[in-house]
Amino acid sequence: MFSYYLELALRSLKRSPGLTLLMVLAIGFGVSASMTTYSVFRAVSGDPIPWKSSQLFVPQIDMWGPDGRSADGEPPNALDYVDAVALMRDHRAKLQSASYRIAPPVQVPGSRRHPISVSGHAVYSEFFPMLDVPFQYGSGWAVDADTNQAAVVVISGKLNQEMFDGKNSVGKTLDIHGKDYQVVGVLAKWDPQPRFYDVVDTGGFDTNSDDVFIPFTRAIAVNLSNAGNTSCNSNPAEPGFVGMQRSTCTWIEYMAELDSAAAVQKYRDYLNGYALAQKNAGRFNWSPNNRLRDVPAFLDSQHVVPSDTKVSLMVALGLLIVCLVNTVGLLLAKFLRRSSEIGVRRALGAPQAAIYAQFLTEAGIVGLAGGVVGLVFTGVGVFSVGLVLPKDIAALAHVNFSLLLLTLVIAVVSAVLAGLYPTFRASRVQPAWQLKSN
Amino acid sequence: MTTHPILAALRKHKAGVVLIALQIALTLAIVCNAIFIIGQRIERVHRVTGIDESNLFLVTQQWVGAPDGDDAAGVAKLDNMQREDLAALRNLPDVASVAPINSLPLLNSSWNGAISLKPGSEMRKGGNTRTTFYFGDEQMLSTLGVRLVAGRAFTVADVQHRSMHDQTEPTVVIVTKPIADKLFPGGSAVGKAMYLDGSTVPTTIIGVIERLQVPGTGSWTNTFAYNATLEPLRIDANYSRYVVRAKPGRMEAAMKAMPSLLYKINPMRVLDDDSVKSFADIRAAAYRADVGMAILMGVVCLVLLGVTAAGIVGLTSFWVGQRHRQIGVRRALGARKIDILHYFQIENLMIAGAGALIGVALAVGLNAWLMKHFEMDRIPVVYVLVGLVALVALGQAAVFVPARRASNVSPIEATRAV
Repeated sequence: MFSYYLELALRSLKRSPGLTLLMVLAIGFGVSASMTTYSVFRAVSGDPIPWKSSQLFVPQIDMWGPDGRSADGEPPNALDYVDAVALMRDHRAKLQSASYRIAPPVQVPGSRRHPISVSGHAVYSEFFPMLDVPFQYGSGWAVDADTNQAAVVVISGKLNQEMFDGKNSVGKTLDIHGKDYQVVGVLAKWDPQPRFYDVVDTGGFDTNSDDVFIPFTRAIAVNLSNAGNTSCNSNPAEPGFVGMQRSTCTWIEYMAELDSAAAVQKYRDYLNGYALAQKNAGRFNWSPNNRLRDVPAFLDSQHVVPSDTKVSLMVALGLLIVCLVNTVGLLLAKFLRRSSEIGVRRALGAPQAAIYAQFLTEAGIVGLAGGVVGLVFTGVGVFSVGLVLPKDIAALAHVNFSLLLLTLVIAVVSAVLAGLYPTFRASRVQPAWQLKSN
Repeated sequence: MTTHPILAALRKHKAGVVLIALQIALTLAIVCNAIFIIGQRIERVHRVTGIDESNLFLVTQQWVGAPDGDDAAGVAKLDNMQREDLAALRNLPDVASVAPINSLPLLNSSWNGAISLKPGSEMRKGGNTRTTFYFGDEQMLSTLGVRLVAGRAFTVADVQHRSMHDQTEPTVVIVTKPIADKLFPGGSAVGKAMYLDGSTVPTTIIGVIERLQVPGTGSWTNTFAYNATLEPLRIDANYSRYVVRAKPGRMEAAMKAMPSLLYKINPMRVLDDDSVKSFADIRAAAYRADVGMAILMGVVCLVLLGVTAAGIVGLTSFWVGQRHRQIGVRRALGARKIDILHYFQIENLMIAGAGALIGVALAVGLNAWLMKHFEMDRIPVVYVLVGLVALVALGQAAVFVPARRASNVSPIEATRAV
């Protein structure tokens, strides 16, 4: 029976090609606009580490007091050196790492090429296991490298390609900021977006890869100053990088792995205790105002998804709705034009269900055709937003199988939904009246 | 022509009428807000920076193996390296002037703080004036091409140098007019003292420039977009930036000459693809998101209007086909072609008018929703009114083709069976 309805539908659609084309294009436009903006939204609102994001927490401590808080009472989104190092020393989470952004010049020792500047992070050894950072060769460094301020480095696969032609470079030496570092690990491709471990410096997205990771303690020891944002509520009292370390200026990101609700509560209590101790010591003269959010909540609090992206998605969904209203009207016209045909079918004994099957099949075919057109438009759309949107966001939007499948499904489902009311009207056609009027 | 028969006929097509009106209402609501967004973005992109942007480019470079500038000897060495670069750049025949600088308007890198009329006030305390800082030497004003409206420019004697991590405040500064007006309303700011970044040592304003935008274009800069303080200072760090004004027509040549010239002075430095950047490129990068959003909204508007117009054509064509016989009867009874044309035009005017009125309410509602959830301003009435007129006009344009076809129905149709 379905194949018969299919044939009927195709014949009917062929009879009024203009109207059919109009419906197909409307659905195609509506679906592809929605899918294009959704591809951007999906890219920027994604969970960068889905299997673990609910166990990774970002602590915030209020070291500035009431005057330094944002309008909604939020403490700074990064830590100062004093607090970050205190939290590392207390070591209350299963795994934890303070980190800050560095941008040192890098060179292969003895090479005649000009040095290049790379972006990277100074981190603790637990950074790598905590974030499940994938390695191509070697591994992260051991805990004693943290304590010994060892001159070791983990490099990205990209830098390994540039410096060592992609060969296993573990054990080789790299000149970073004028000092020799031993390569202990080479990363496999690792480019999480949003850049959840450093939202403070990237705003969430970064077209630069992180190419070097060196021990935090080492970076501090060799005066490798922060290449990311620094925020101060008052000027450091002493000059130099050392003055920065003793100030309440915030420039350090921090992440801790807490595996259970109990562990989270315990860590919260610990942070409160820490802030209270600071108050008692006279460093803070206000009550604790800490935050401890997991990665999704932290990304949300930092407004990582640009509001432009959300507004675009809303507007595109509005476009889809208008296209569907349009399709409802056109299908209504199309179906009711065939009232006499319906009358004949009903008079010959077709039940209302048969009319439903026939016309919803027709709507479904329109939807499918719209979906196919939409696939092409979506491809063009995603390519085009790549040309006009900011590079860090545009680079993330891409077409993949699930997006294509979703395009087709939404096109068919929305066309069938649009066909419901016209079909209802068609099924109510009175056979006797139709036959009589002819 | 009376509207009574039209209304009577419309009652027979309730669903179709409601659908067209609904489509027009939704289209109006979305298009008004989208065009408002476009208008706002265009306004943002056209904000003036206050500098003379033509022939201007920026050089950013990093030294390798340079001292970190935490001791006096290191600072002196870094400053020598910087002055060596400046002298060489100023010697180029294609270059008009050069100044060391920490950032430029629209560049995504800034140094911000606060000004207070009282000593030792915390930076973020309410009442303080937020400002960005530009550090440069006596050639900064002329290289940027900003206009001095009061007082004097920096002289060689004013210019100091210090390490990036040294927080000593300068004795003299130049501020933009918005800062001068805020700190000293109604009076001249020149010669007055104020305190930078909670310092207890006063700083004197020696000049006021008309306008200079802060670096960064994020919404967080909206509250102090033109609050800039210029300090006569070379910052000594392991990197440096130079703003260069090329002689007219010689910018490309000057930019091309940069890398080899800098490497010749001192090969131990990092230069990459972004190291030499024209101000036009800086501007394009800064506003890419806004231009992209405007284009996106523009495309959505065009598609919406196209779909809605096509929908009106489609549904009206169906009605014309359905009413062939009645049209024939009216023509046979003496109605002129123009009467038939007017009938469909007035019918559309009524539907589109009703839809557009609902659309006005929806547009305002959508705007209120966007204001609540996103950073959006209230939509001016003129946008909604223009949208209303545009949608009604679109309806009239779309209905013209099927209405003309209807007017061409011959009176003989009346005599034919369906």
